[in-house]
Amino acid sequence: MNLHEYQGKELLKSYGVAIQEGIVATTIEDAVAAYDNISARTNNKFVVIKAQIHAGGRGKGGGVKVVKSVDEAKEKAGQILGMMLKTPQTPGGMDGEGKLVRKVLVAEDSYVPSFDACKEFYVSVLMDREKKCNVIIYSTEGGMDIEKVAEETPELVHKEWIDPELGLQGFQTRKIAFNLGLSGKAFKAMELFIRQLYKAFLGSDAALFEINPCLVTGDERVVAVDCKVTLDENGLYRHPDLEALRDTDEEDATEVEARNFDLNYVKLDGNVGCMVNGAGLAMATMDIIKLSGGEPANFLDVGGTANAERVENAFRIILKDPNVKAILINIFGGIVRCDRVAQGVIDAYKNIGNINVPIIVRLQGTNADIAKKMIDDSGLKVLSAIELQEAADRVKAVLS
Amino acid sequence: MSVLVNKNSRIIVQGFTGKEGTFHAEQMIAYGTPVVGGVTPGKGGTSHLGLPVYNTVSDAVQKGAADTSIIFVPPAFAADAIMEAAEAGIKVIVCITEGIPVQDMVKAKAYIEDKDVVLIGPNCPGVITPDEAKVGIMPGFVFKKGRIGIVSKSGTLTYEAADQVVKAGFGISTAIGIGGDPIIGTTTKEAVQMLMNDPETDAIIMIGEIGGNLEARAAEYIKEHGTKPVVGFIAGQTAPAGRKMGHAGAIVGGHDDTAAAKMKIMAACGIHVVNSPAQIGSTLAGVMKK
Repeated sequence: MNLHEYQGKELLKSYGVAIQEGIVATTIEDAVAAYDNISARTNNKFVVIKAQIHAGGRGKGGGVKVVKSVDEAKEKAGQILGMMLKTPQTPGGMDGEGKLVRKVLVAEDSYVPSFDACKEFYVSVLMDREKKCNVIIYSTEGGMDIEKVAEETPELVHKEWIDPELGLQGFQTRKIAFNLGLSGKAFKAMELFIRQLYKAFLGSDAALFEINPCLVTGDERVVAVDCKVTLDENGLYRHPDLEALRDTDEEDATEVEARNFDLNYVKLDGNVGCMVNGAGLAMATMDIIKLSGGEPANFLDVGGTANAERVENAFRIILKDPNVKAILINIFGGIVRCDRVAQGVIDAYKNIGNINVPIIVRLQGTNADIAKKMIDDSGLKVLSAIELQEAADRVKAVLS
Repeated sequence: MSVLVNKNSRIIVQGFTGKEGTFHAEQMIAYGTPVVGGVTPGKGGTSHLGLPVYNTVSDAVQKGAADTSIIFVPPAFAADAIMEAAEAGIKVIVCITEGIPVQDMVKAKAYIEDKDVVLIGPNCPGVITPDEAKVGIMPGFVFKKGRIGIVSKSGTLTYEAADQVVKAGFGISTAIGIGGDPIIGTTTKEAVQMLMNDPETDAIIMIGEIGGNLEARAAEYIKEHGTKPVVGFIAGQTAPAGRKMGHAGAIVGGHDDTAAAKMKIMAACGIHVVNSPAQIGSTLAGVMKK
């Protein structure tokens, strides 16, 4: 689960990580009031207005503006709030339709008064799958795309792996501060920053913290100017307060609905919908669709039970997508019997009524033969198959 | 022989008296699996499904001579259950539980690292050695006895592969479902290694999916040390980058962990890679004819 920048910063702050302070606003009036508040508090006319959407690269699409007066704050907040912000990370990239901006963060300008003395670094924390422990990745090259830095100048990207049993050690925070070329007050500030950041990472069951830029200011403070926070879905049960931050406006509406039905669904751009039991088989089914000349319209794992209710819900979810020209149901009935699943499919089909796309049902496993006969005898416009190749051929036939 | 589990295993079920534990313990026993009891804290001394219940895994090891454990404990307590089994001296732990927080597994994995134990999973269908022991949730009847080993990150896709292997005229020596989480106890490479060293296995089916580099590591091992033919498939050729496809570990993060990249490495290492999951059985048949 992703957090907005302002939510991520609040989380970091609660662990004592220094952040670029700001106030979130949903209206122009609130944004103007926030400008007054921030500029008075910092005794500085420069304030930053930042669009809050779940995508990076917001500055590239005009979603981040520095303003230096109330009038300008009003103007820029008006432009950003309600805009369809395109960034390299929004669907379709800079050529896509962008994402609606519903909130802005009105934040202090951490770079003043001594812009030239500021240094931008990169710091992230995540779990290294290969080493099976957490890693802090950091670089002197902040404010840029870290993947590009890693590709072009790999020697500038450092990693510090944390022992799962012992935790982050003092020599490690020192090493990080030294490698970033810091000394004096900034050195101490960076050590503290890293220590608290790692505490926040563990304490929130996070999957990713990315602080870019992590700024060393002219007066040698270290602050998180931007932050990307992704939380481990499996750890959310321990953090109801964080789960409450989920912003469903940022997610695909159908995916949100599927989650409420307890279905694992990911919307894709293709023309053949699919409904499968098991994640691996679901991905394999998407691949089969492609090899049969179609494009998968979704990933959907109905889970182990695949009863009539779940099948019906899954049907309804898939049918919401106007691009769907056919549906492939692929169930490997193990402990769940195929005849039960077949009955579920028939009942669901009848309940929904007007299904106008061809449906291919492949049921394999216990009682597959009985299930096939039930489908064939149902009088519904449903094609049946037992072998996976058979199902693939039926998809091909339907599409051509 | 076979690997990990067989008719001489002494298996306990952690989370024995719960709904899932009870259902699958019944299925395992009906299959003929040597289940010797189970663990539910607080219910020690009672019996369930005609078998003794212990309070701790340690009791089950000492009083019941258990050496293998299957875990059906809810996600919040599963990492703890893994560590308990390892500490008690269990040799093979199979953790079925899906949804364990990643940081819990980071700790559990580090804890068991220096112990003489093999962890399979979590978030896996388990391990089956046909006609001997089913230590998992798979439908036993699909897995006919034979000489083909299977290693897979997935559940139902493993059943699919086994079904195709059987219909192609072969059978299964041991099928290992290693699990779909970012941190798992036994890697693809380690599972392949076990089957390479198993005299009762003639060939291996290796099924992976997007995310991570386990398949690439296994492929490098196969190139260096492989002595048996391997048929491979990677699920998720059509999965978009950055989206989690059901399994917590199934997410394309960079250029190296896409299905295409993995299949390329596998093919370069001499694995018979199939593009279509419908052709696992027929490809195996072709390879075995040579």
